[in-house]
Amino acid sequence: MKKKEIKSNSDFVNGLFDGIPIGLGYLSVSFGFGIMAAGAGISVFEAFMISLTNLTSAGQAQGVSIIAAGGTLFEMALVQFIINIRYALMALSLSQKLDESFTLPHRFLAAYGITDEIFAVCSTKEGTIKPKYMYGVITISTLGWVSGTFLGAAAGEILPASVTSALGLVLYGMFLAIIVPPARKHLGILFTVLSAALMSVICRFFFPDISGGFAVIICSVIAAVLAALIFPKKEQEEVKE
Amino acid sequence: MTIAAYIVVMAGVTYLIRMLPFAFFRKKIKSTFLKSLLYYVPYAVLSAMTIPAVFYSTGSFPTAIAGTVIALILAYFDLPLIVVALAASLTAFLTGFIF
Repeated sequence: MKKKEIKSNSDFVNGLFDGIPIGLGYLSVSFGFGIMAAGAGISVFEAFMISLTNLTSAGQAQGVSIIAAGGTLFEMALVQFIINIRYALMALSLSQKLDESFTLPHRFLAAYGITDEIFAVCSTKEGTIKPKYMYGVITISTLGWVSGTFLGAAAGEILPASVTSALGLVLYGMFLAIIVPPARKHLGILFTVLSAALMSVICRFFFPDISGGFAVIICSVIAAVLAALIFPKKEQEEVKE
Repeated sequence: MTIAAYIVVMAGVTYLIRMLPFAFFRKKIKSTFLKSLLYYVPYAVLSAMTIPAVFYSTGSFPTAIAGTVIALILAYFDLPLIVVALAASLTAFLTGFIF
């Protein structure tokens, strides 16, 4: 590609470019989600629709297990609320960085694409964020996310069990990669991670009647409240993953 | 319950969480407790979701444990998400031939 084209000041293209690593990462992680969904008896089209309308890993993974277990819609709503409430914080923080061309209709549209990774790219970008830039990042990321889901769900029906069962680890591997590095550096996060894990194990073995979704909510809320009380976050510490 | 109903609820709740603060909120949260809580929630959720579920994710404890250990080691050394995720999966696949 010529330098001129790279330097082209089309914000959309810049966004696409910055979003390539996210799209590639999403492609492989959502492949794991697709396989997980297929394993839970969800069709390729349904898995595709879940990824297209939700664009989030943890919420979708837990959502699929609620569907598989035949949970109530109330449980589904509550679980999505708790798991995804972090996006509200990111949306809040990102809203302070928006260009003045970011009018209300643009905000309605771009809000769809607030994920951990897109937030990370947009919030660390120099200067203000223009709608077209954010659309670029969202487009390439969503493309990776839905095509990976489609391929994974389709492959889940074809691939041998030895492969699909191993791919069941992809999403969890990513979750570990998100929580371990900050837990090393921040005592409060280490405490949060360990106490949530411990309670989750206790729930699983001693209170098996509590459904998976509610168990995650109970454990994570208690762990986060304890951490917030014992290790209140100081002003200068930034949310970095 | 149809799967479509689940999808609508999932997508609706998730969108509103993103949209409402993005479009309408203009103030800053002042409460240290609330800020700390929001800061810790994602880590708590991911941890509770992963453990112990990860050990059941491959249908075989030994392969799942091997994959998890590799993931923990690579994550400890701060490798990229995608490397950790795929290495964990590959480990489970390879140890599947042994166990």
